[in-house]
Amino acid sequence: MASSTAQNVLFDVQGPRARRTTAVLNVVGVLLVAALAWAVLGKLADQGQLDATKWASLFTGRTWENFLLPGLVQTLKAALLAVVLSVAFGLVFGLGRLSQLAPVRWVSTAVVEFFRAVPVLVMMIFFYLGIGRADLVEPAAVPFWAVVLGLMFYNGSVIAELIRSGVHQLPKGQREAGLAIGLTPSRTLRLVELPQALTAMLPSMVSQFVVILKDTALGYIITYPELLASARRLGSGDGNILQALFVAALVFVVINYLLTVLAAWLSRFLSYRTAGPTRPAEGPLAAEETA
Amino acid sequence: MTDYLNDFASLFAQYDVLGAFWVNIKLTFFAAIGSMLLGSLVALMRISPVASLRLLGTGYVNLFRNTPLTIILVFLILGVWSQLGIALSSDFNRNFFVYAVLGLTVYHAAFVCEAIRSGVNTVPVGQAEAARAIGLSFLPAARLVIFPQALRGAITPLGNTLIALTKNTTVAAAASVTEISALMKTMIEFRPDVIIAVFLTVALGFVLLVVPVGLLTTWASRKLAVKR
Repeated sequence: MASSTAQNVLFDVQGPRARRTTAVLNVVGVLLVAALAWAVLGKLADQGQLDATKWASLFTGRTWENFLLPGLVQTLKAALLAVVLSVAFGLVFGLGRLSQLAPVRWVSTAVVEFFRAVPVLVMMIFFYLGIGRADLVEPAAVPFWAVVLGLMFYNGSVIAELIRSGVHQLPKGQREAGLAIGLTPSRTLRLVELPQALTAMLPSMVSQFVVILKDTALGYIITYPELLASARRLGSGDGNILQALFVAALVFVVINYLLTVLAAWLSRFLSYRTAGPTRPAEGPLAAEETA
Repeated sequence: MTDYLNDFASLFAQYDVLGAFWVNIKLTFFAAIGSMLLGSLVALMRISPVASLRLLGTGYVNLFRNTPLTIILVFLILGVWSQLGIALSSDFNRNFFVYAVLGLTVYHAAFVCEAIRSGVNTVPVGQAEAARAIGLSFLPAARLVIFPQALRGAITPLGNTLIALTKNTTVAAAASVTEISALMKTMIEFRPDVIIAVFLTVALGFVLLVVPVGLLTTWASRKLAVKR
């Protein structure tokens, strides 16, 4: 892998002296981390935040049954629906941007660029108050739909861009081959280019699903009872807000980390199944707005 | 129609829309500087020969990249401030602002680190080898040869991170900062008749903030690209 060599070559294979220096620095580094952890933990212990009572209640069946699991279910429910809708939105507007008809291209471009520039939270607040006012769904379901729609418009636009760049990154021969056997341009797009572009972009899409899952936590601000909100409720009730939020964050980290690992695995596995590059290129979409 | 426009114009007299946007811009400014510094440090750790620092850098990135920003901010306000009683400023409102900058900084530093690392990957191996060949050790090689080129190669992902940061300043609403998304909520709650216009105003504000950054980074990444 080019990436690892470029980094490893920064320093030579180390001789005895450099190894000694590195070993010393290693110890210093470990001590530094330990000192930092000690200071933080000491401060926490002083305030009684490490008391067993504050933590024990988090690992009881009651806590998970009544607070964390229902919250997680709500989070996953919103994320899952948002993923499905975003992919559909992305397909429609991604293909729209590749359309033969200029007006379709313009409209799709405008839609995609607009929704990529607007913060997800702003859209969620708009839908939250807008749907509630318009009486479109029952009042209890308003925050849920606000979260899902906000996520769909933003992430759908990002996925539209992924699909477009996926098609552009395919070797030119793929399109030419399609046209050469007598397919129309739009059938070439649908039958030859799109399947390969989707395969090539799958790892990037999985990374985008991490963004979707993380951003469901914005629902907390518009009263959607997701994991963060239920952890807060739990923590305020039991007087251990710090600990409850810590556990909620940990749940997010674990799920997202697994998704990241899946994306890395997919990008290696799928590289045999498409003519396009499965690794995000160093182009405009590298490190796409995953923040 | 003119009635509607008048209603809409009265909103600007009633609410400080530009002032709220200014808060977002200030949040972006301070958090951008903070996350650039912290992110460069973490990136340096991740490419260093010292294994414990590498591990620490990787741990930092994996932890903060995978935690929702909302949780970080709520944790800082409800946990660190309210529970532990650590105030970052004696002024009540300023305290929330500083906490928001802190939260935005630690979160985006993880993305800055990854952007710089992707920039480091654009530096050809020969550059690092040449630096070693003339006798530079790790830190001088990184400072004089690798980082100047890596930063120029990282402009596009850094620009994307800056755009994401600009938009994410709205999440500071979770840290009780009165910025534009909080103001938008108030405006719509009190004046639901002009909801669409309010939304479009805020959205347009962000388009105006974000699009120049995108154009600027595209221009800069071409202009400053290392000719190879």
